[in-house]
Amino acid sequence: MKGILKLAYKLLVNDRAKFTALLVGITFAVFLMMFVTSMFAGILNHASSTVINIGASMWVMDPAVQTIANSIGMPDYVLDAVRSMEGVKYAVPLYSGGALVRLPDGAYQSVTVVGLDDTSLFGRPQLYEGKIENIYAENGFVVVRDSEYSKLESPRLGSEFELNDHRGVIVGIASAATSGLFGIPTLYTTYERAIQYIPNPRYTISYVLVEPKSPGDIPKIKQQAAALGYNALTKDEFMRKISDFYVFQTGVGTNILIMTVISFIVGLSISGQTFYTFILENLERFGALKAIGTKSRELVVMILFQAAFTSLTGYGLGVGLCTLLIVLAKLRLPSYAAMETPVNLLIAFVMVLIITGISSYVGVRRVLRIEPFDIFRG
Amino acid sequence: MWEYVEFCELSRSTSSEDEMANVAIQAKGLNRWFGEGEAKTNALRDVELETVFGEMVYIVGPSGSGKTTLLSVLSGILRPNSGSVSVDGVDIWSLNADQLAEFRLSKIGFVFQDYHLFPRLNTAENVAIPLILKKRDWDESIHEAAKYLDIVGLKGRADLPPVKLSGGEQQRVAIARAMIGQPDILIMDEPTASLDGDTGQSILKFVHDNILNANRCIVVVTHDSRIYEYASRILTMADGRLTGTQERAA
Repeated sequence: MKGILKLAYKLLVNDRAKFTALLVGITFAVFLMMFVTSMFAGILNHASSTVINIGASMWVMDPAVQTIANSIGMPDYVLDAVRSMEGVKYAVPLYSGGALVRLPDGAYQSVTVVGLDDTSLFGRPQLYEGKIENIYAENGFVVVRDSEYSKLESPRLGSEFELNDHRGVIVGIASAATSGLFGIPTLYTTYERAIQYIPNPRYTISYVLVEPKSPGDIPKIKQQAAALGYNALTKDEFMRKISDFYVFQTGVGTNILIMTVISFIVGLSISGQTFYTFILENLERFGALKAIGTKSRELVVMILFQAAFTSLTGYGLGVGLCTLLIVLAKLRLPSYAAMETPVNLLIAFVMVLIITGISSYVGVRRVLRIEPFDIFRG
Repeated sequence: MWEYVEFCELSRSTSSEDEMANVAIQAKGLNRWFGEGEAKTNALRDVELETVFGEMVYIVGPSGSGKTTLLSVLSGILRPNSGSVSVDGVDIWSLNADQLAEFRLSKIGFVFQDYHLFPRLNTAENVAIPLILKKRDWDESIHEAAKYLDIVGLKGRADLPPVKLSGGEQQRVAIARAMIGQPDILIMDEPTASLDGDTGQSILKFVHDNILNANRCIVVVTHDSRIYEYASRILTMADGRLTGTQERAA
């Protein structure tokens, strides 16, 4: 079988024009599929950035909340109620809201302000510079050095700004696992300072962050929160809820699906047609092989091998090209929202398998139908 | 030099065991038609044929007389509607598709009219195909193919693609490919059709002098009377029947 596969490989690769066309078709299709789905994955990841960065196990929120950015204030008693729930190890409030800061040069910049529980600073970021306890200092804020950092004129420790006519001082520079979706810098401060500096409606708690005593307590906490009229979601559930919002309640999901299907059709058309032409051009030779004594299943193996080899090579090139482009884009635009995930890779791989299957099916059918007698008849 | 014999005398006597053992191909009551109803065409009508090892049999006749159909049926490529074909004692049409393919690979060599060489493989790789199909090691097959290229007078052409060769050279490559599996039966379909007269003659002379031996039977379908001198027997076909034979006078 090894020799037959080598024969199939040589027949394929030595026809450089066709092989190149096949590879370009598959590579292009994989690149498009990967790129589109990576963009989507990146968008979803960035959309859940605060959830990822804060890292709480459970989030209690108003049932109407759809994304982290559109929090709905909850009354203070909710915090007390959650703290008294069975299975809760501890619970802290979190403030998350938008504000405008005035920079030293007089420019205004939108920011996301995250107010951490004053007592525990639960969900605090890891600092590159400064000490976290300085957040308690007068007007203390910690800035996140992510891709949006430069929009605040790349502040250093001690840099000042104005927030709603309040003085703010940078006391720490933090890292973040993921930057936000909307290209807005993030500032951390204490919960009390956040609600003091930013004008707020009656209720100020955006979320209650909960640490259950054990994973087994999660259902109980959910139940008790529901009885209270609120939602208690695990980190993953909250991220999924945010994803679902973008996928199903905005045009993003549909557009991504359409783009992916178009990429698939383009790839299938190019590679399917080229592979079929390749088979047609070699049809008489396949017939001659059949006459010489090649069994039908050996011809099928040859064609499947050719299709699989082309597809996997194209898959590798497509993924490589997509990775290269994302890396280059991120070098130039750090907030570029695209990321390759195992799911993207799997989707593209499955698509490639389908393209391979359809292309080879057409080829196999044609080759199996050829009669060696036709070779004699010319 | 040639002696015409009526077809009724064509069937050889196979009474003795020695002669039976020497029979290469034996066809009995072969019928093959294409189409149905008014469109039905009888390509073979009750064809009886016997060839022995050591002879080079030509099948000649006008276009549409059934030569190619007969060649296909004899070589296990086209199933007859009725009748049987025995090659080297094996009733080939009782074999299943895989067994038949295996049989063709081990017993029969084919030289096609248009050579049907793979343009994307080099000459040696083309010749090596039957060995590769027999699952022999690739390098060993290529090495063997180079030897056969030497035999057919194409030394040093192993690495060239077939398109770089002349028609005659390509035909030699096709012969080398047919011979590398050392088949008992060599089937040649219009081997000189794409060649000029001299080249065609030299090819058939080569086949006659170097390929034909006491353990091999060569069946050639041809229109080309210039190569008749290499035939042991010439069978004439018309309207799907074998109508006569010319045997080389002793």
